[in-house]
Amino acid sequence: MDQDLKIELGKQGVFVTTLEELYNWGRRSSIWPMQFGLACCAIEMIATTMARYDLARFGAEVFRPSPRQADLMIVSGTVTKKMAPQVVRLYNQMAEPRYVIAMGACAISGGPFKQGYNVLKGIDRYIPVDVHIPGCPPRPEALMQAFITLQKKIDEQHLTGEDRPRFLDEKAQGEFPVPEPAEHDLEPPSNPGVWSAPVVIR
Amino acid sequence: MSVAETKTEKLDGWNRPPTIEPGGEGELLEIAMGPHHPSTHGVFRMDVALDGERVMRLKPVFGYLHRNHEKIAEGAAYLASMPYTDRLDYFCSLSNNWAYALAVEKLVAQAVPERAQYIRVILAELTRIQNHASSIGFLIQEMGASGTPLMYAFREREKILDLFESLTGSRMMCNYMRFGGCRVDVSAAWLDAARKEVAGLPPFVDEFEALLTSNEILMARCQGVGVLKPDLAVNASVTGPLLRASGVNYDIRKVDHYGIYDRFKFRVPLGDHGDVYDRYMVRVLEMRESIRILEQALKDIPAGPIMDPKAKIRGFRPKPGEAYGRVEAPKGELGFYLISDGSPNPYRYRVRPPSLINLTILEDMCLGHNVADVVLIFGSVDIVLGEVDR
Amino acid sequence: MKTVEEIKAAIQAAVPGAGVEFVPNPSPCAQHSLRLTPGRAVEIARFLRDDPELAFDFCSNVTGVDWLDKETSEKVKVKRTVNKTVDGVEQAVEETVEETHKHVEPGYLEAVYHLYSMAKRHGPLVIRMRTVNRTDQVELPSLTPIWRGAEFQEREVFDLYGIVFKGHPDLRRILMWDGFKDYPMRKDYVDPDDYEYEPTAHDAVLKRAQAHQAAAEK
Repeated sequence: MDQDLKIELGKQGVFVTTLEELYNWGRRSSIWPMQFGLACCAIEMIATTMARYDLARFGAEVFRPSPRQADLMIVSGTVTKKMAPQVVRLYNQMAEPRYVIAMGACAISGGPFKQGYNVLKGIDRYIPVDVHIPGCPPRPEALMQAFITLQKKIDEQHLTGEDRPRFLDEKAQGEFPVPEPAEHDLEPPSNPGVWSAPVVIR
Repeated sequence: MSVAETKTEKLDGWNRPPTIEPGGEGELLEIAMGPHHPSTHGVFRMDVALDGERVMRLKPVFGYLHRNHEKIAEGAAYLASMPYTDRLDYFCSLSNNWAYALAVEKLVAQAVPERAQYIRVILAELTRIQNHASSIGFLIQEMGASGTPLMYAFREREKILDLFESLTGSRMMCNYMRFGGCRVDVSAAWLDAARKEVAGLPPFVDEFEALLTSNEILMARCQGVGVLKPDLAVNASVTGPLLRASGVNYDIRKVDHYGIYDRFKFRVPLGDHGDVYDRYMVRVLEMRESIRILEQALKDIPAGPIMDPKAKIRGFRPKPGEAYGRVEAPKGELGFYLISDGSPNPYRYRVRPPSLINLTILEDMCLGHNVADVVLIFGSVDIVLGEVDR
Repeated sequence: MKTVEEIKAAIQAAVPGAGVEFVPNPSPCAQHSLRLTPGRAVEIARFLRDDPELAFDFCSNVTGVDWLDKETSEKVKVKRTVNKTVDGVEQAVEETVEETHKHVEPGYLEAVYHLYSMAKRHGPLVIRMRTVNRTDQVELPSLTPIWRGAEFQEREVFDLYGIVFKGHPDLRRILMWDGFKDYPMRKDYVDPDDYEYEPTAHDAVLKRAQAHQAAAEK
């Protein structure tokens, strides 16, 4: 719809919208994150919800302890190989539409602990990640920036067509395979449906 | 029958937690609290067996945040491990820095100049105050007061973090201390800001106490819950406020006089009953004593260098040998054990984590209590998972 | 506090026949240690805890250390008779030949305990025990019955180094998962190769990432 006409109608007291806009507006304005802290970044996540940074301004202050009530998983901290199966399981338990923010260097790539034998080198090996925030730990402002980015992303989603989100796509993957701890490492070491090693061009 | 009654015999030999006869009929209900549980301060699991609401067995399960700090440090140069120590107990990065610097300074007999010692004391005590405030906030939150006390604590914590940030460049991961001193000097403006902040701390503690100390719900939930006897506490290597709440007078600042702690006047608060309420009270009183230390340190801080001119920074290779250095971190005794073989990397690098060792007696404290009290007792131990699992 | 030598003498007086060895520490902090033979370590530990003058009631820190096989080589001059043809005549000539002798000192695992006294406020006393080798004879007596604070730390040493503590009430893996087979803190542990790519140039990691890349390209 023509934006100028919409504004003009708005001045006349007529509110016009599309179902898509309304739907996305509702979803983006009430993202409920899961109360789920892994490591250092979780403290910055808590600080973001506290009085000074006040995440409530973005409609996201309701932290739900249960994955079944949450829309957003903030992977806040180092994911170890012992914890990775649980993270994937929690993600599987979340209802669609669901989003993931990988908060901090560890959740993105293993960060400073990348050399560790028990450290997963990025949570995106097992589950799809929507927003990555670098930093060790990222400042609360960075987490708020991630929220704004996620809200923009939700706003731009179309309900129909080829690029419709996963939860409206019948053929999309719903359950993600949970890795099993084996004798030396996790099995499998990554989910090929989600992640493949980037090709390094030298 | 309460847990306290079963713990009367003198400790000799291995003391298993007492077994309690189930009162009701039928099987025990086994539940796993964690690793994703809102009250476990991160990724910690307790396998609990319940008879109705009463805890019959409790086994802690660790390792969900085991990120191989020790292995990585053994492959890195001595100074390269300093940023990793920030991420041990991520509430108290500056105390961790000090513990590691102290251990290395012992290993190479490195002196620290006067001004750097004062800066270290100031930063360590500020760290202690914000840690205790936050830990009390979390404790009250676990009792059901969702948010409000934690907000008060974090309001004050943010002010202290501002001081850290303006000095070190980072809110949480300060990476500030060096072997033989500190990284950057404090300015006169920073000291003024710190004095102003410290002057505002006693009213904050007063307010905190007015809201909490004689709060009826807090007293009902905390008094007589999770009693820890002093002889068991000593035998189980419990340290920090948890130990002092049981009435054992052992504060490493007073015992070892590391740094310049023998110059300051302060008292060591001790508990009487060793229950959750005493732990809360000891933390509040320790905040007050820390404010006293800060006032003295900020008054006396001398001018001078912040790095020992003889300190070796490039090509730092300690002679073969070993050293164990420890400090009184807000959670308890934080120690570093280093073995050098003469190479630039430590041959063995070990962290003595107070959080892990304080959990040894978690089962003893929880047995016989309701499952809702487990959350409370666990909160009163005050752990950080980064340090438990390392 | 008594010096470490005095404590050694006190132990030998109280526990006759106990094997105690003084291990000097060349570092300036001079925290010398005592090496106990594992056989009577529990008795010695009980004495250290219960003796009213020593009163080491607080076992602060328990650590494992992995010492790999040490290969030392020394050059020795050996006199030898060699048959040589001198001036067309074969005769025995004595010669000095340099030979390299290699000694392999078998590696071992070591458990280190740091003891303090809360009652007397002294310490630390460092005691250590070593296993026979690194492979099959890795048993040591557990000191958890004496100091309960060693419980989780001995479990950690078992988990990461593979020292089996006899007499420990609950010896399971503590940090790694139960089905895990390796002992990751040992010096010869090789961790799983999951370094697919490496955007930052960190020496050790970059090397492993390049090795992985080379193997994948083949």
